[in-house]
Amino acid sequence: MALRLLWASRVASHLRISVAQRGFASAVLKDLKYADSHEWVKIEGTKATFGITDHAQDHLGDVVYVELPDVGLTVSQGKSFGAVESVKATSDINSPVSGTVVEVNKELTESPGLVNSSPYDQGWIVKVELSDAGEAEKLMDSDNYSKFCEEEDAKH
Amino acid sequence: MRGGSLWQLGQSITRRLAQTDKKVVSRRYFASEADLKKTALYDFHVAHGGKMVPFAGWSMPIQYKDSIIDSTVNCRQNGSLFDVAHMCGLSLKGKDCVPFLETLVVADVAGLAPGTGSLTVFTNEKGGAIDDSVITKVTDDHIYLVVNAGCRDKDLAHIEEHMKAFKSKGGDVSWHIHDERSLLALQGPLAAPVLQHLTKEDLSKLYFGQFQILDINGSTCFLTRTGYTGEDGFEISVPSEHAVDLAKAILEKSEGKIRLTGLGARDSLRLEAGLCLYGNDMEQHISPVEAGLTWAIGKRRRAEGGFLGADVILQQLKDGPTIRRVGFFSSGPPARSHSEVHDESGNKIGEITSGGFSPNLKKNIAMGYVKSGQHKTGTKVKILVRGKPYEGNITKMPFVATKYYKPT
Repeated sequence: MALRLLWASRVASHLRISVAQRGFASAVLKDLKYADSHEWVKIEGTKATFGITDHAQDHLGDVVYVELPDVGLTVSQGKSFGAVESVKATSDINSPVSGTVVEVNKELTESPGLVNSSPYDQGWIVKVELSDAGEAEKLMDSDNYSKFCEEEDAKH
Repeated sequence: MRGGSLWQLGQSITRRLAQTDKKVVSRRYFASEADLKKTALYDFHVAHGGKMVPFAGWSMPIQYKDSIIDSTVNCRQNGSLFDVAHMCGLSLKGKDCVPFLETLVVADVAGLAPGTGSLTVFTNEKGGAIDDSVITKVTDDHIYLVVNAGCRDKDLAHIEEHMKAFKSKGGDVSWHIHDERSLLALQGPLAAPVLQHLTKEDLSKLYFGQFQILDINGSTCFLTRTGYTGEDGFEISVPSEHAVDLAKAILEKSEGKIRLTGLGARDSLRLEAGLCLYGNDMEQHISPVEAGLTWAIGKRRRAEGGFLGADVILQQLKDGPTIRRVGFFSSGPPARSHSEVHDESGNKIGEITSGGFSPNLKKNIAMGYVKSGQHKTGTKVKILVRGKPYEGNITKMPFVATKYYKPT
């Protein structure tokens, strides 16, 4: 999530003070892949599940609405297809992979807060049938993503 | 996720910056960071985990460690302490200060009992709103008022210009801008019980809209029983050198139940209370009649006029305004400022001016303007969010019942 480019990029600069004081890093899971726009993806054969990362939900604040795509929609790696809204901002969600949407997390309609409380588990957003399994190579692994987040936060 | 449309406390800011502009954004940002004003509580906020953001030229806390939703709910369950020292407090003095102010606002200032005040609107020649303000007649020759931080320069220039003209005709009025004081807002069910621990005056005798100068926690404060949340509460003007001590004392006496609360929750609370945010729900081209603030136009003023734009406003009172401010519930994503409102057939009938998710009602709420005739409660509408229509309906405000402390 390109928060650095949003109004919140100014927040983040101030957040740097409070982040340092809070002194904790967002959770990053080992077996997932990550996009630089802060989506995570779990690839199982030709299927992938994705959502937004702990880092993303932490910066967004309370999620109040998730705009889910329709099943059957074609998504492309790096292109936006939906949105996540918090009390203070709306952010587009980019698909970290290309494929066809086969399932969306309907729980998020009633309980959008799952994105905050369980971003990698109950807060999953979309399941797709991959059209190009090789694309996953372009994504970051957990170590690189952790570093990426640290660098991003440090710049603000 | 990439930057979509943003708003911050009702200011609709849409940023679509390409990655390459990042350096430019940073440089621009750092230049302005140095210029941001800080209140007396700045370090206190940071020490308490405040996330500081630029707001109207000040560095203010948007939230603390708790989420905006939790903070909003806590205000109504327990209480909140807000730093609103960015707002501008001033005193008008002199034997003609009342007739002077009446040339600029719609309130019946002469009719206010000493020690009472009201929400009012500063109008322009076209009958539109320059700002909204809480004014208090302290005595016949002293009026205390608070104006919005974002309108400070505009309001002070406006008042000064008219004051010069008034004085040149022999009027006796002068002003003092209270930059030596800091305004704190204490709101919620615990506000009065906690504040009572810090003063000898009997707060049960201070009703909504009333004002007193009294000793609180060892310093002389201006106390108004008012607020921007719909809850019972106070705005406390304290000498700035005592602001931190007062904030600490309030938080300690509440045993942690009253929390420092930021501008994010403040915006959710005022929206739930159906209160206008100047710059969103009220602007230069919107009259108090259109904004549903006819009650704030004094009865005598409706007959006599005598304020800027009176001819336009009095005509609107006769004919009815062409647009009206109403509340909305809606499904789907929260409606936001500038979202279009359509009737069920798809014709545009209005526009949203503020909206969001209500933490206390757990549903979307919004306010905006619709054509008169389409404004009745219950009217079904469609609200366009990001190009898609969602079902909504017009409703009365406040969304959450107010709890102002009034005599029974």
